[in-house]
Amino acid sequence: MRFLTALVLTWIFASTSALAFSVPVDGALNLQPAVTPIMERIHDFHNLLLWIIIPITLFVMALLIWVMVRYNTKSNPVPSKNSHNTLLEVVWTALPVVILIVISVFSFPLLYYQEEIPDADFTIKATGNQWNWTYEYPDQGAMEYLSIMIPEDEIQPGQYRNLSVDYPLVVPVNAIVRLQVTATDVIHNFAMPAFGTKIDAIPGRINESWFQVTEEGTYYGQCSELCGLGHAFMPIEVRVVSQDAFDAWIAAEPGTDESNAVIAAYEAARDTRLAQLD
Amino acid sequence: MSADAANHDAHTPSIWDWKRWVFSTNHKDIGTMYLIFAIVAGIIGGGMSGLIRWELAEPGLQVFNGTAFGGFFGDAQSYNVITTMHGLIMIFFMVMPAMIGGFGNWFVPLMIGAPDMAFPRMNNISFWLLPFAFALALMSMFVPGAGSVNGFGGGWVLYPPLSTSGHPGPAMDLLILSLHIAGISSILGSINFITTIFNMRAPGMTMHKMPLFVWSILVTVFLLLLSLPVLAGALTMLLTDRNFGTAFFDPAGGGDPVMYQHLFWFFGHPEVYIMILPGFGMVSHIVSTFSKKPIFGYLGMAYAMVSIGVIGFIVWAHHMFTVGMPVDLKAYFVAATMVIAVPTGIKIFSWIATMWGGSMELRTPMLWAIGFIFLFTVGGVTGVVVANAGIDASLHDTYYVVAHFHYVLSLGAVFSIFAGWYYWFEKIWGVKYNSVLARLQFLFFFVGANVIFFPQHFLGLHGMPRRYVDYADGFAFWNGVSSWGYLIMLVGLAFFFAVLIDAVVRRRKAEANPWGEGATTLEWTLSSPPPFHQFNELPRIK
Repeated sequence: MRFLTALVLTWIFASTSALAFSVPVDGALNLQPAVTPIMERIHDFHNLLLWIIIPITLFVMALLIWVMVRYNTKSNPVPSKNSHNTLLEVVWTALPVVILIVISVFSFPLLYYQEEIPDADFTIKATGNQWNWTYEYPDQGAMEYLSIMIPEDEIQPGQYRNLSVDYPLVVPVNAIVRLQVTATDVIHNFAMPAFGTKIDAIPGRINESWFQVTEEGTYYGQCSELCGLGHAFMPIEVRVVSQDAFDAWIAAEPGTDESNAVIAAYEAARDTRLAQLD
Repeated sequence: MSADAANHDAHTPSIWDWKRWVFSTNHKDIGTMYLIFAIVAGIIGGGMSGLIRWELAEPGLQVFNGTAFGGFFGDAQSYNVITTMHGLIMIFFMVMPAMIGGFGNWFVPLMIGAPDMAFPRMNNISFWLLPFAFALALMSMFVPGAGSVNGFGGGWVLYPPLSTSGHPGPAMDLLILSLHIAGISSILGSINFITTIFNMRAPGMTMHKMPLFVWSILVTVFLLLLSLPVLAGALTMLLTDRNFGTAFFDPAGGGDPVMYQHLFWFFGHPEVYIMILPGFGMVSHIVSTFSKKPIFGYLGMAYAMVSIGVIGFIVWAHHMFTVGMPVDLKAYFVAATMVIAVPTGIKIFSWIATMWGGSMELRTPMLWAIGFIFLFTVGGVTGVVVANAGIDASLHDTYYVVAHFHYVLSLGAVFSIFAGWYYWFEKIWGVKYNSVLARLQFLFFFVGANVIFFPQHFLGLHGMPRRYVDYADGFAFWNGVSSWGYLIMLVGLAFFFAVLIDAVVRRRKAEANPWGEGATTLEWTLSSPPPFHQFNELPRIK
């Protein structure tokens, strides 16, 4: 039993502590590691919920096992005729109410924190199309480009099947980004699991959300509203870089091979630095 | 009584007489037809889930890649068609016909001491509309939907614009007509049940003495009657948007796609309670019967169902937390949704309290019922998690949601259907079943369903979106586990058929009441199967 516990704990630790990976980790049990303040709060809230729902489930399971063992024909041949207990009924009505109030106390602040968009450094507009994304930087001169998934047979080392795209979204680290989302044809959904961002892209309306990524890296998300044939093949890739790199990238016109070269050079330099640190 | 029964058996038509079934006005025959229909639809819908699990067993495209098996299963769009049809078939043509049409028709009149339903001919049309609705739904898979691909692949929720401009072919039109007809069938059935329950209870059976299964059907059909017209309206608007140039849901013409979602879920949320409430009723009887105790807190149980039904109408937008609603509106729907946990908790604890102090026999139906209580609890607590709009930024439209609603439906509703099936098997078919085989079915279903759906919580937490034909490689492990679970469940299904074959071959005559003193409702006072017409002299309830 102790061995089993140790095994499970190791597993949970291994799958949640893999911060270096920003892609889904095989066999993972939990939410993706948080890189925004919103996602950190979602982690905290989800941990709180686990402390509530797992004991409740185990409690019900224990009661069921107990009644099967204690109150079967062998161990209790004469059934009681009891069918009322006012105190008990009041307790199991009132106690869930108390638990739900506790949950709400933590749930509503999280919701309002997500929904109230702080003063943003700049705005990005993401438009869902069947089956790719158009990204626009209106504050940087209305630059606009298309972001398309790299097909499986063209995947390079370091890229991920069904996740990597040709021209990713690029944002500076720690910047507060206002995200505006819409669509041209059917409903799509801009979802970034590591950011705690998920917002529908609906034709004819603009939805707003925000994120502030606190760690440089490459992060992946996927369209999360069924949109037809290519629903599984319009991922979102976000490169979070330093402000300098971002400025250089903007100067080189996003969505071109030159700007990609800027980001590639930046990432190569950063990786070398990190390797030297080790 | 027995002389009466014999007298009536004398002019019971032969089961080989087609007119007995096609022109049937007998609630038991119609109930039987509903049950057989649900089994057929369940096999088709279950087969589709097999294709889904096969495709998802490992990364890459195995089945729906356009070339496998000579391209028989089509491409990724065909996968969307299969997931869509799996949902629609299981909801409209399996769970609802089994619970309301099948068990409802059979046992509501028997339990309230009525000779038949209030409108026997309307009962006939309620059933016979369904095979035609089902035929239209199946036909839709063989005519063009999007591009040259056959079938509608926009999900069972039929969201525009994917269901309007996204699928210009006739598949979606056939599907709309199919759901319209299925809806008419359900509305007629609901009117019939409401009239029957209000007017045809035996003398002395007040509302507060009514068996809980009858209460559950009463609440269910009220939900159907009030919610289906809204669906019908939304479907009609889809139809005219597609064919007659209206723009209810088209922003280019001043319409709004989100409006459809509000209309759909105003129906769709009561619908999920429609699928589970009759199960609540059945489980109450089974728990009470095999504990040899009266139901604990009868009134609380009945009014918990009523309040679940009422609250079920004011929580619909919790399915739409990502559409960009105002934050205060989201906060309201969070609060309203969590309130449902209270009456649901009352039911769970009252079932356990019914067993407490009882003298329990763990016979086949009781195993399914206890399995139901536990699995429904798991689905219930994850429901409390996803009720929070804040956490939906992570979990909305991921496999966590898939796991949640399969725990309450595939494991909740289906387990309660099997509980009812084995509870009333002898009553319906007049023969005994092999309980060893039936217990093996339970064992494989319980293990298999958990192996399928529990890992999907992990997939969803880690961000795997639902309705994906192919996933990122990091989701491979738990998807593989989940697909193995399907094979375990398939073995369980083989035992289900073994039970049927065994019962047909051995034809052991059933007893009127195989469950003994605990079975107190009126259906157990009749023979198994009951006479063709029962209660010519109404029973009196003390």
